[in-house]
Amino acid sequence: MSVSSILFLILVAAAAALFARNLRRVIRNIALGRDEQRNDRPAERWGIMARVALGQSKMVVRPVAGFMHILIYIGFVIINIEVLEIVIDGLFGTHRIGAFMGPLYDVLIGSFEILAVGVLLACVVFIARRAVLQLPRFHKPEMKGWPTKDAMIILVTEIALMGAFLKMNAADQVLAQRGVEHYTTAGAYPVSSLLQPFFASMGTGTVLAFERFFWWFHIIGILAFLNYLPYSKHFHIILAFPNTWYSKLQPRTEMANMPRITGEVMSMMAPSVAPPEPAPARQVAGIEVPERFGAKDVFDLSWKSLMDAYSCTECGRCTSECPANLTGKLLSPRKVVMDTRDRLEEVGRNIDANGGTFKDDGKSLHSYISDEELWACTTCNACTQVCPVNIDPVHVIMEMRRYLVMEESRTRPALTGMFNNVENNGAPWAFGQDKRMEWAKE
Amino acid sequence: MSTNLPVPTMAEFAATGEVPEVLFWVGCAGSFDDRARKITKAFVRILNAARVKYAVLGQEETCSGDPARRAGNEFLFQMQALQNVTVLNGYGVKRIVTACPHCFNTLKNEYPALGGTYEVLHHTQFINALLKEGRIKVEGGDFKGKRITFHDPCYLGRGNNEYEAPREVLLKLDAALVEMKRSKQNGLCCGAGGAQMFKEAEPGKREVNHERGEEALATAPQVIAAGCPFCNTMLTDGVKHFNKEGEVKVLDVAELIAEAGDL
Repeated sequence: MSVSSILFLILVAAAAALFARNLRRVIRNIALGRDEQRNDRPAERWGIMARVALGQSKMVVRPVAGFMHILIYIGFVIINIEVLEIVIDGLFGTHRIGAFMGPLYDVLIGSFEILAVGVLLACVVFIARRAVLQLPRFHKPEMKGWPTKDAMIILVTEIALMGAFLKMNAADQVLAQRGVEHYTTAGAYPVSSLLQPFFASMGTGTVLAFERFFWWFHIIGILAFLNYLPYSKHFHIILAFPNTWYSKLQPRTEMANMPRITGEVMSMMAPSVAPPEPAPARQVAGIEVPERFGAKDVFDLSWKSLMDAYSCTECGRCTSECPANLTGKLLSPRKVVMDTRDRLEEVGRNIDANGGTFKDDGKSLHSYISDEELWACTTCNACTQVCPVNIDPVHVIMEMRRYLVMEESRTRPALTGMFNNVENNGAPWAFGQDKRMEWAKE
Repeated sequence: MSTNLPVPTMAEFAATGEVPEVLFWVGCAGSFDDRARKITKAFVRILNAARVKYAVLGQEETCSGDPARRAGNEFLFQMQALQNVTVLNGYGVKRIVTACPHCFNTLKNEYPALGGTYEVLHHTQFINALLKEGRIKVEGGDFKGKRITFHDPCYLGRGNNEYEAPREVLLKLDAALVEMKRSKQNGLCCGAGGAQMFKEAEPGKREVNHERGEEALATAPQVIAAGCPFCNTMLTDGVKHFNKEGEVKVLDVAELIAEAGDL
């Protein structure tokens, strides 16, 4: 094995190990959530995943962004076939191992190049939409700082990677034409052939250096990008698939029952029914999480809400359709999802820093999401309707409201009045139940 | 309408041993809200015209619990729901129709987990079926050629995937059905859901119903059609905000049919 092959092997192994570690961290964090069964109706789930994640059905609702996104998506998936060749070449010291495929190889390499240009252009348009056109949804308060930087890092990296790929091909073919040992003339190069003149006047040694530089830059870039994913909104390229598979299958406006409360209410209604025993506290991350009504912190949410949080790519379609946000209220469904993720990450770091045990930091999810945000939601489900990866911010909001009301008695004064009316009159207004038929008498 | 409508109750049916075709769940808004009562009566006129054997729970009906649940008070929701399920199951109710999409959603989707499983219909679905079966006939009447725009209630549309029934009913009026910029799956909320109806809006730049009212008015309608008592209230206020209440009426689908059919 050559030195470069050994170096390459170490690099790939290290990147894979690091990624596995990061993945385990994310899975551990998602598992901090409450258990919830979401394995029913598998055929339906595969269908949703095929349509929404694989088929990008919700992306194309907005045709411009949808088309650009599909360019990048297809480019990403297809160009990764090329990465397979690069990995084999790198490990075995071969060069363009796929060349034996002849005409098929021409088609493959040719289409990679065309797709690379597509990706490049789409990324440029996406940068322009953010930086030049200043689309409002990319400039909401929750996008300040890291989220905006994150988006730019992703787009610039993709441009750099595609650029390196094309320049590598150009230098490669200049070398092949000069008959340099190792370099073959296989493949079709519809795009990079235009870049060849750039290398034409250079000495063979320099071109060789360029070719090697772009080759290493491209593959190291990809491995680094892989490990950037778990720290970035770009993680959606992986999580979109499981997250859509585990979609809510019930009608959007259906809220899940709380069986524990059913037991309590039944015992209130019929004294012969014994109240249910309190559920034992759940052991997680070295602490006991008591059974709570609603969500105080990430531990109280379902694991699916936590997966939702990691799946969000901060596109803001939810917020741009939210009636509360559109009319200037504090609520932004995207912020709710981002806050859930940020709090979960904070809890995860806390657990790591304390040898696997969560140390109370005096904070909760409510330190991130204010009552004012929670009370602004109309539960209209415009956000869940548009989310391209089927995230459900309404569920988090409703669970947090449940906590506010049932554990903290923190509500809006008018709602307290409504509760009293429902309890005393069986209606949200102060009309007695005996007046229910008055309408027929007028 | 100031006639005394004879409205049969489940208790009366039970006393004679008869079983009605359908239970009409009136709901709190339909029972107590001045504006929504008119919708209730319009729907009752349709039921009578179609000779539907229906009954109401009357004084045995109580809030479905929807606003309590959306406002986070699960205890109160379940107290209401279990009480209602007991009454409904006691009468052996199989089929329910309601003019409120919030009651509709709760009864249809959330009562089964509490032991109450029924076939639940929104009144626009029920009216659509009556028209299709020829049990009532409507010709355009006053609304022939008028511009009507339909506002999708979130709990009927996005919530339960019913966009067509109300539109099919409206098409029977020979009216020009015009769509708002945001309609069906993309319809904008009126601002009342999630218990907002019963509280002040959180601080913001604008009221949601003004935003929606403006959008509805942009279609230059003569009528804004609604399918929810809360949407109706919100849109009526939205139209008033732009001083258009003289030119543009906000009417429930049931009112349109009852009026057009002179029922």
